[in-house]
Order: sequence, then structure tokens, then C-alpha cells
Amino acid sequence: MKKLKYEQIAAKYRPIENKRKNMLKAFISGGLIGMFGELIIEILCIKTHISRSEAQTYMIIFFIFISSLFTSLGFFDKLVTKYKCGLLIPITGFAHSMTSAALDYKREGLIYGLGSNIFKLSGSVIVYGVLSAWFFGMIRYFIGG
Amino acid sequence: MKFKSVFLKETTTIAGPYEKKGPLYNYFDKTYNDFYFGEKSFEKAEIKISKESINMLQKKIGLNYTDIDLIVGGDLSNQIAITSLASQNKSKSFLGIYGACSTSIEAIIIASSFIDSKKIKNAIVTVSSHNLTSEKQFRNPVEYGAPRPDTATFTSTGASSILLTNEKTEIKIESATIGKIIDFNQNDVNNMGKVMAPAAADTIKKHLDETKRKPDYYDLILTGDLGIYGREILIEYMLKEYNIDLSNNYNDCGTMLYDLNNQKEVKAGGSGPVCSALVNFSYIYQMLRKKKMKRVLLVATGALFSPTTLNQKENILSIAHAISLEAL
Repeated sequence: MKKLKYEQIAAKYRPIENKRKNMLKAFISGGLIGMFGELIIEILCIKTHISRSEAQTYMIIFFIFISSLFTSLGFFDKLVTKYKCGLLIPITGFAHSMTSAALDYKREGLIYGLGSNIFKLSGSVIVYGVLSAWFFGMIRYFIGG
Repeated sequence: MKFKSVFLKETTTIAGPYEKKGPLYNYFDKTYNDFYFGEKSFEKAEIKISKESINMLQKKIGLNYTDIDLIVGGDLSNQIAITSLASQNKSKSFLGIYGACSTSIEAIIIASSFIDSKKIKNAIVTVSSHNLTSEKQFRNPVEYGAPRPDTATFTSTGASSILLTNEKTEIKIESATIGKIIDFNQNDVNNMGKVMAPAAADTIKKHLDETKRKPDYYDLILTGDLGIYGREILIEYMLKEYNIDLSNNYNDCGTMLYDLNNQKEVKAGGSGPVCSALVNFSYIYQMLRKKKMKRVLLVATGALFSPTTLNQKENILSIAHAISLEAL
């Protein structure tokens, strides 16, 4: 009874966050990264005459480099706070999670520190990424033929 | 529990960059502009300021380590290693304790009991916390940018040491109330004010009952780190549950340490063991010395959990301890 009453009081003092505004910010920032990536692919294809899949690889490497650089320079987290998860969902977020973990543990040595902690956050992405790739691969194998 | 002859002799407070931008910056003994303090890691940085606060205190009062009977202290790091490393060779004996953000008051109660029962003559209480060591300890890597909700609190950076003694000074540790562990089925790490407000309510009620006092007996009642939302919850809960009106003379250290209108990054306010200590032993201490306040009740709240127990679906428990200070 006491706990229920407490929850009722506490609910009154819970700030309402503007989820729509956050979603819109994430949509625009994520979308802009997508557009920028597409632009890089197009430019690479036209200027250097490489295949589209090759250009995609270069684009991904570019984004990994940029987000790791911004993370280690210390302002990628501030960008995420401002532009929300639009920056975390693309490959930039994956690189960001690995670089930030590496920076945290570098002082604890290369093996027990950096090496064993670098996948602290991105480990889940890899495990469930591989698992879902296997799962959907199986579906496609049996149904799609 | 009442104390007969425990007095607060001297305090030191060292604060980090965000606390420096807050409204109390004038009251700190020393502040830093970055999070490294010239060291190579955040843990080493916290050890440095923790050591520095004890050294500064010993210098202020002109005592060296052979004159100090006991150091009691703690911080938020694993196995409270930071306080242990900082307190090495600083006193004749040492007790490391963990009470999360209630550590400072818990340590004062322990030290005061020893002094009051004449087992020791003096003791140093020391606490520290560092925003980025606790980010790493409790949350994500430091540079990882995960957006946090408005109810989240911000671990304060700093270190504070105080000297308690049996010789009469201007400020007396008058009485103390040890809180009990409260479980209100809370599990949101991003709303610590809500987690800890029931513990604060329980301890304040217990203290007022034990001493047969009314809230207006005190010039100020201060909780540790409930933040703006926790503060409002506590005021309303105290009124509805116990019919105790706190609205006139109550505030929260977490909201006083920062300028919440201009420092949006701290969200709901400060937290961590040093949050309440930085306010209590700089601003409140000065107010008591200048006799602008006569009686103050300090209630430090702590959330008792570890990331491991939380991930295993255990609740976040909370606790609060109170001491009352009197200007003589």
C-alpha cells in the first residue's frame, strides 16, 4: 500500500521527454549519414571507376575512421547527446562503442585491459548479428531456395 | 543517538571542473579545470585529489600522521581501493567503508562513536568520487555517448576530508540517526532520486521521532543527492505519509552544487559520496562558523546495488543516515 502510494506520488514528478522530437532528430541525423554515405559511393564510382560493392567498402572504412577519430578527440559523445541515436545505429555507432571501450581500458594493459574489454559494448552486436544472420540465412535456404 | 563531546574542527574540499562552474565555487579550497589533474588515468586522478585533501587538512591543523588516531573513509570504486591507496601512511589506523553516496555521514557516525566513547581522540573522515571513474564503474565507457533521461544524476568530482575531535570547537556533532535498508521495488538507475527518497523519508522521520523534534527545529534539513525530482517526491511523500511539512527549510545538496539552469549536462543534479560532502563541508560549514545557521540536519542517501546484481534482476536498495550539527 505504502509502495503503491509512493509510486503515485513519484509518477507526478517524472519529467515528460519529447520522444517525437528525439525521434525526428535521430531520423534526420541518421538519414543524413545515409545520404552522405550514398554520395561517397556515387563519387567513388564515377571518379575512380571501381565497382559499387568496392565503393561501399571504402565508404564504410571512411565512416569507421571518422567516428573513431571523433571519439578519441572526445566530442563524438557530445554529438550523440545532441543528435541522438541517428549516430549510433549506423556503422559509426559500432566503431564508437569499440573506440570508447579501448580508450577506457588502455591504461590497464594491452592484454587484460584493452584486448579483453574492447568488445564490452559491441560484443552483443557481433553475437546477435551472427546469430540472426544464421537464422535468416536458414529461412532463406529452406523457403527461398 | 546523542553525542556528548564530538566536534568538527576543520574541513577541506577539492572540486572538479563542473563543480567549479557551480554556484558554490568560492567555498572550495581548491578546484581543477580538467578531469586528469595531471595524472595519466581517472583512477589515479581521484587518488591524487583524495590524498591531497587529507594532506591539506593535516597542514591546516598542523598535525602529522602520528597525531591522527583514525581515518574512516570510502569512495565508489571497486573494493574502495582509491580511498585505501590515498589514506596510506596518513594515520595510526584506517577503516574503509562503503555506503555509496551516504558514505560521508556513515563515516562521521562511526568516527564520532569512537570519539564519544573516548576510545580515540580524533579522526579524519575522507570521501571522494570522480565523475569519469564512476561512469566506467557503473555505466558505459567514458567516451561512449548514450543519451540519458532528465531524471539521471551526475556523479560529482572531488574529494573532501574533515577532522573530528574531542576538543571543543565552534561546531558540535550533536546527534546521529543510522538508517535502515529500504526496498521499494526500485530498479531504474536513471532515476536515483526516486530510488533513494523513501530512505531519506524513513531516516528523517526516525530522527524526528527519536529526538522528539519538529522539522522547524532545524534551520536547514539537507538530503544528499536526490536531485530536483527526488526532492519534490520527498516533500510530497513526507507530507502525505507522515504529515511532516518540509517545504520551508529543506533542500538537496545535488541541486545546490550546480547551477541547474545553465549546466544542463548534469541533468537532475549531482550525486556520489562527495556531492553532499562538497556542499556540507564548504558552504554549510562556513554558514555554521559564521553563525548564519545554528542547527542543520544532514541526511546523506545512498543506493545500494552493483551493476551485476541489477543485471540479475535484484532491486536497487537504498539507505540514508543523518547527523545533526550545531553551531556553539
